[in-house]
Amino acid sequence: MNAGLAKLRRIRALTLKESRQILRDPSSIAIGIVFPLMMILLFGYGLSLDVKRVSVAVVDEDSSSDSAALVGDFQLSPYFGVTVVHALADAKSLVLDRKVDGALLIPPDFARENHSGGAEVQILVNGTDSNQARIMQAYAKGPVALWSASQAGSNIGAGPVIVVDRMWFNEANDSHFFLVPGLIVLVMTILGAFLTAMVVAREWERGTLESLFVTPMRPGEFLISKFIPYFGLGMIGFVLCILAGQFLFAVPLRGSMLLLCLAATIYLLVSLGIGLLVSTLVKSQFLASQLVMLFTFLPAMMLSGFLYDLRSMPAFIRGITYALPARYAVTLMQTLYLAGDVGGVVRLNLGILAVMAAVLMVSARLATRKRLS
Amino acid sequence: MTASLLRVLALIQKEFLAVLKDPRGRFIVFIPPILQCLLFGYAASFDLNVVPYAVFDQDHSAASAAFISRLDGSGIFRRQANLDRDADIATWIDSGRALVVVQIGQDFARHLRAGEPAPIQVIADGRNSNTAGTALGYFATIVDEFNADWRAKLGQVGAPVRIVTRAWYNPNLDSRWTMIPSLVGTLTLMGTMMLTAMSVAREREQGTLDQLLVTPFRPFEIMAGKALPNMAIGLAQATTILLIAQFWFRIPFIGSFFVLYAGLGLFLMAAVGLGLFVSSIAATMQQAMLYAFILVMPFALLSGLATPVASMPEFLQSAMIINPLRYALDLTKRVYLEDAGFSQLLPDFLPLAVIGLVTLSGAAWLFRRRLV
Repeated sequence: MNAGLAKLRRIRALTLKESRQILRDPSSIAIGIVFPLMMILLFGYGLSLDVKRVSVAVVDEDSSSDSAALVGDFQLSPYFGVTVVHALADAKSLVLDRKVDGALLIPPDFARENHSGGAEVQILVNGTDSNQARIMQAYAKGPVALWSASQAGSNIGAGPVIVVDRMWFNEANDSHFFLVPGLIVLVMTILGAFLTAMVVAREWERGTLESLFVTPMRPGEFLISKFIPYFGLGMIGFVLCILAGQFLFAVPLRGSMLLLCLAATIYLLVSLGIGLLVSTLVKSQFLASQLVMLFTFLPAMMLSGFLYDLRSMPAFIRGITYALPARYAVTLMQTLYLAGDVGGVVRLNLGILAVMAAVLMVSARLATRKRLS
Repeated sequence: MTASLLRVLALIQKEFLAVLKDPRGRFIVFIPPILQCLLFGYAASFDLNVVPYAVFDQDHSAASAAFISRLDGSGIFRRQANLDRDADIATWIDSGRALVVVQIGQDFARHLRAGEPAPIQVIADGRNSNTAGTALGYFATIVDEFNADWRAKLGQVGAPVRIVTRAWYNPNLDSRWTMIPSLVGTLTLMGTMMLTAMSVAREREQGTLDQLLVTPFRPFEIMAGKALPNMAIGLAQATTILLIAQFWFRIPFIGSFFVLYAGLGLFLMAAVGLGLFVSSIAATMQQAMLYAFILVMPFALLSGLATPVASMPEFLQSAMIINPLRYALDLTKRVYLEDAGFSQLLPDFLPLAVIGLVTLSGAAWLFRRRLV
């Protein structure tokens, strides 16, 4: 009974010391509050995959009434800003000087070919920006279809097979819907792993940990006292993200709040576990920060399905993603937010994360004890 | 003068030793850029190569079978299941096993024969709306082809105008060709800036900076001794990434190395300047790391690496005038892929030179004030 009480008092004292250290260090506050806010604003308002208006240089080599009508349709389109030039070379130099985003070429036999049913127009883009090229290609379908319809009456363009498509979970195709759940994972990764790794490595580096080891404190108590304050900091970040999702971006939460909090808690434990383990193993602030960056933050951003779809990755990269906690966390958050409590998905991913958390905790505990003896 | 030069040289030697003599230090300077380069090169693509789908064919006609086999023949759509109940659609989408479910209604063939519009329902998993949008786009293209063939079979003319896309400098519109040259600047900025910030912060935290101060070194020399080795390491990192781009990913370099390295030199001045700037604000390594991180995130995300600068809100576009990475990305891609020369790249070189000079001299001023 007495021993238990002493244990609690030691944990309390250490936790208090750690919390004060956080509160007094402006950089901890910066990472706990400023970083989540910055990410929310950057991802919410700064990043957008839509190109608003594409500027295009049009070269009409046909100069027929048909081609003039097509140029007219491009000029009327809200998606295109049209500059008419007379030679392809002029268009190319405009593209190279970044005066326009691409060129539209109507070949000399356009009108003639059109009557025999095989006309084509060419879109020429600067491949240096392959995304822009793709977007332009998609936009160009609009004016071309409009023109085709006006040429052939009304029966062309649609049909015979028409597509009725529906995007479940995100009917309006709002990219915030998938960015906000992913953002939660990103923020929790940084708050959990990055900061704890630095803090524990610092204690090793400065030798303050060794002085702690001559006190009655047990390694487990030390880990718990590191855990609690940073867990609190991580949860603040989580709450900020949830509030932003609800009030700034109106992302619907279709699953239960309880499960969302549970998922966030478990993922935060995983992140904290990685941070503690890495810092205990390398014992250097610089190395710990770099390793954490390399093994948690970048994968959380690139290999989690947050920005880039896992299905498009080569098999061996996809194989790597199975070892990454962020992958399961992103799936879980996106599902809980957008699809709701889908039993199978939630149980599987939550279970894997829980196992990872447990393994990391135990490893961190073992690593700390080993270094004591 | 010579004495000053010798002192700086000694410091440079010491700095290289401090970073490179430790095998873990060597590891951390070169392995992360290499790993990141490979990882980003393979993973960071908005292309979609595989669309797992399930089909719910209520028509069971020759026409619906023809349509499904066209989907299967696309090479992109991979059929995972044939559904026979309405309720299964939700199961397959919710579990993520199918990205799209294609539902062909009972009257599909009858509508087609009668020349009426024959609808096909497509349901996509919008949890990643970007991917879903791409998949729906592919689907629409396949339907267009199916329609054109159907009309041709019936002898109807009026095949739609084809839109052919040609791309200069990246004939297959491979997103990797855009991504990897962009990494030269991005990874070098992260590496160099953090290395510089941390190396000063470490000396401060361990008290060796105070020891340097009682030597004959002048603040300017201490700063040069920090800046030059880190710029050299940055150039080495950039070279490593360029080599991977050319020999691993086989992206042909058609530009001039002289122009590229001139630009990278200016860019690294800015990167090191930012690192010194951070280290003069930070009291500990933890602070240096976190401040550097908070500074580098918006620079990287808003540089045009992930999304085009032109689609950002106006005020962010104006704010990004000070972002050195934005110019470095543009410059590297254009030299690498387009063989752009100095005159074309003036809009990148000028701001980079200004940013490099301002950050380095600003950092020098701050550094001096913090030292004395």
